[in-house]
This record gives sequence, structure tokens and C-alpha cells, in this order.
Amino acid sequence: MLDDFFARALLGGIGVALATGPLGCFMVWRRMAYFGDSVAHSALLGVVLGVGLGIEPNAGIVIMCIAMALLLLLLQQQRRLATDTLLGILAHGGLALGLVGISFLHSVRVDLMSYLFGDILAVTGRELVWIYGGGGVVLAATALIWRPLLAVTVHEELARAEGVRVGLVRIAFTLLIALAVAIAMKIIGLILIVALLIIPAATARRLARSPEQMAVLASVIGVVAVAGGLHGSLAWDTPSGPSIVVAALALFALAHGGAALASACVGRFVASVPGKH
Amino acid sequence: MSAVRGAPAELLSHPPVAAGRLLASGRDLTVRYGGRTVLDRVSIEVHRQEVVSLIGPNGAGKTTAIRALLGLIKPDSGTVQHEPGVVVGYVPQRIEPESLLPLSVRRFLAMAGRRVPGDAAAVLDEVGIAPVIDRQLANLSGGEFRRVLLARALLRDPDLLVLDEPIQQVDFAGQVAMHQLIGRLRDRRGCGVLVISHDLHVVLGATDRVICINGHVCCAGEPKAVSRHPEYVSLFGPNAAAALAVYTHEHDHSHGVPVSVVPAESDLTRNASLSGEAD
Repeated sequence: MLDDFFARALLGGIGVALATGPLGCFMVWRRMAYFGDSVAHSALLGVVLGVGLGIEPNAGIVIMCIAMALLLLLLQQQRRLATDTLLGILAHGGLALGLVGISFLHSVRVDLMSYLFGDILAVTGRELVWIYGGGGVVLAATALIWRPLLAVTVHEELARAEGVRVGLVRIAFTLLIALAVAIAMKIIGLILIVALLIIPAATARRLARSPEQMAVLASVIGVVAVAGGLHGSLAWDTPSGPSIVVAALALFALAHGGAALASACVGRFVASVPGKH
Repeated sequence: MSAVRGAPAELLSHPPVAAGRLLASGRDLTVRYGGRTVLDRVSIEVHRQEVVSLIGPNGAGKTTAIRALLGLIKPDSGTVQHEPGVVVGYVPQRIEPESLLPLSVRRFLAMAGRRVPGDAAAVLDEVGIAPVIDRQLANLSGGEFRRVLLARALLRDPDLLVLDEPIQQVDFAGQVAMHQLIGRLRDRRGCGVLVISHDLHVVLGATDRVICINGHVCCAGEPKAVSRHPEYVSLFGPNAAAALAVYTHEHDHSHGVPVSVVPAESDLTRNASLSGEAD
């Protein structure tokens, strides 16, 4: 069955969705969507680094994403530039540098589109090992730092006053984002990675009553989006990465629109009951 | 210690410790933001079984002073020392719960750590938040949320409780209850309490020592004596001093801390830019 390209694609997508669900929740809670974008956009530069140094492109991506994430963490300490300006500069600057850098790599064939938008249907068995190995590390590490990370997310100063080592937790979380980006790159492409991180999390918010529920739901919703998007991609011959994001978007609209509709109906029902108001 | 557990007034588990030991001290703390001196050689000490009120007008540097004392910011000069192993309960002034984070009050309290299960209900009753225990944090009113924060700090079983404007957004009955609570924490638990307020007459009832700051330390000492200090009167006006008389604290015992007014040494040497408000 693993010989079948569609089964491999499904397996790879599910692996990525499982790993990014909880991380995506923290990204939403900590308002780091643009932070994730900046890290993802630097991944192309990582490919250039990997190919240029003659090492595995995945290794190059991980190194570059970590470097970018730490640079961002460092630059956010300064007060001269607003954070969103800084993120805009680094995200687009990083992408442009990557695109320019890739044009120098004449000797090697680099499939630019597959890095930008992902190439889930071409996932190999070896890449599945990489996705599940890396994804397992991401999930385990997220579970390990869950308590202090949640405390820092609720209120950083409170956590610091209570003895949580805030700096260490932030660095660990940043490294996890970098690793997750490197894992998701093949599946969804660097342009749309953040969508796979935050849309399932934002969808889960509607249905969850606790942080843990939201994290698990985000993973489940991500898996459903991957399965739905891939099947849609096959049925209508649409690009697979964007199709997954469209499926996630549909789930988001369903959860939020459905809930709004339900509360509107309940409101009308209450208003129509005689004797009330 | 098991004998006292479960008694609602007792609140917390470990037995009172001898009064007077120094819990935390900041000496000559100076903090500058962008060239402006926000805090000028301010010294704060909190001992066990002592309530210290930090008062001063808006922008006097009160929050900056406790943030430096708690190690949340690094002062430009001065030293901070904590007794080893001291557990801090901190109630910050402003905290906005993230609405995208589904967190119930119960769960938020559980995150405080060090909780003794039997105590939770007593603490919740004490601060009057038992009815909101299953609500989502993001749906609480400002006053409710402040009390939840206080409960969380208490559940940590703190040696040192630091409250930044605890009675903000709390009604009068709540303020009275708060002062009774602070007094109880000190007397029964041996907790050291540091309270910040800009509204002085409501904090002083339960206070052993007052530190009045406005960038620098204006004056410090026993509440009644501080209220007669010329620099205090010039800062808050004679009405405030008169109002204070109503709220003088009534303790017939001493806590082994200095009670005389210590004119801040910086009075004489203070830099010119800060001396304007003295007279």
C-alpha cells in the first residue's frame, strides 16, 4: 500500500497535521502567526544553504529556520522598530534572498514550485521517515514544555515572578516552530505553512473548553483537512497544498458560521417563547 | 500543620514562621527608561509578618519598583536580595486574558502549583470567587478577574505576597474584605505583604509600614508618622492627611521593624530634576 503515491501523500499529510496541531494553538494564543511566516519564508534560503554546502536540503532548512527564529527573538528585544515592521522586513527579505540565491544554483536542478507550494504527491518513503521522526520529536517536546509554556502564554510576568524560566521556554518553543516548518515544507510549501498551523487551531477554539482539548482538536481538524484536501485535489485535479488549506478554511467557516447560526436560532427561539421579554 | 488545615480563616498550610526575618530587599534601586530616571535610589524591604504599603501618585514608579524587586526587570543600579527559597505570590496590576485561549478559572487556579487540595475551596470562599469557578477566564469582569488573580497567588502558599493596586475595580465592601484578608494573612500565616496603591487611605488600615515614593523615596515609616511628614502632605495635600486619621491602624503589638519616620537620605542630595515637587 505504501507503494501507492496517494497513500504516501495521505500518511505524510496526516503526520504533519498531527505534529502541528498543538504547536499551532500556541502560535494562535501567543499571536505569533507572522513570526511563523517569517521563519517559513527563510526556508528557501535554507535550501540554498543546504545545496550550496552539499548537505541535505532538509538540514539546511532546519539550520536556516532556527537561525531566523533566534534572530527574530533577539531583534524583538530592541524598541526602535515595531514588531510587525520587523517581521515584514525579515519575512519578505528572507524570501527574496532565497529566490535570488536559488538562481545562482545552476549546477543543481531545484524545483522551486515544490518548495513554495509543496509537493505532497511526490512524498517518498524516506521523507515519510523524516516527517514522522521529526513530527514525533515536535510532539514529544511540546508535551514536555507544555506546563511552563502555557504559564508563559497566559501571563509572562506572572510566570517569571513564579519562577518559570521564561527565556528558556521561549527559545525551546522557537526551535520547535523552526523544526515544524522544516517538516511541513514538503507537504504544504513555505508560502502556506502558517495556514496549516493556525487555521485548524482557530477552528478548534470554537469547540474546545480547555487548552488540551483545543490542541487535540487542532490536530484532528488538521488531519481532516489533509484528507479532504487531498481527495478534492485528486477529484478535481487541483494543486494539493492549496487544496488542503481550502479544506481547512471550509472547516473553519463551518465551525464559526455554524456556531453563529446556532446561537442566532436559539436567540430567535427564546424571543418567540411567549411570556419572555 | 494538619490541625489548622481546612479551617477557612487559616487558609494555607504551613505554619507561621518567626516574625521579622527579611524576605526580600531592594537597595538603592535606580531604573532609567530612555534617559529618564523613573526610579531614583529607592530602597524597599519586606520582612515576615509585615504589611508594607508602597504609595505615591500616578507615574511615581511604584510598579517599576516592585518589578525590580521581583526580578522582572533589571535595575540600572542597586541590588536585590531574596531569602533563599522564598515563594512569591504576585498579583500584577494589568492582565488581559487571551480570548483565543480556552481556560476556565478552575484550570487557571490549578496552574498555580503547590496547591493543597483541601485549601482551594477555602481560598475561593475567602476572596469571594466560588461562583465563577467554572466560567471561562476571558468572560470575567475586571473585578472578578482581580480576585481570581489574588486567589491564584494565595494558592501558591506564598511567603511574600505582592499586590499591585489590589482594590482597583473592587467595590467598597470588597475593599474592606481585602484589608481584613491582608491582615489575616500577616497575623495567622506570617506572610510578608507588599501592597501598592495610589489611593492611600484605603490601604493604610492594615499597614505596618508605609513607603511613600515619587521617583525617589519621599518618606517611610509608620502610617501615622508618614501622614504628618511635610513631603507626604505636599504630595497628597492636607485633606489626604486628615482622611488618614480616620483609618489609623490599631495594632497593639509590634512586628520588630523600625517604626520611626526615616527621612530619605536622598532629600539632601537628590538631583535637581526631581526636587521640584518637594515643596
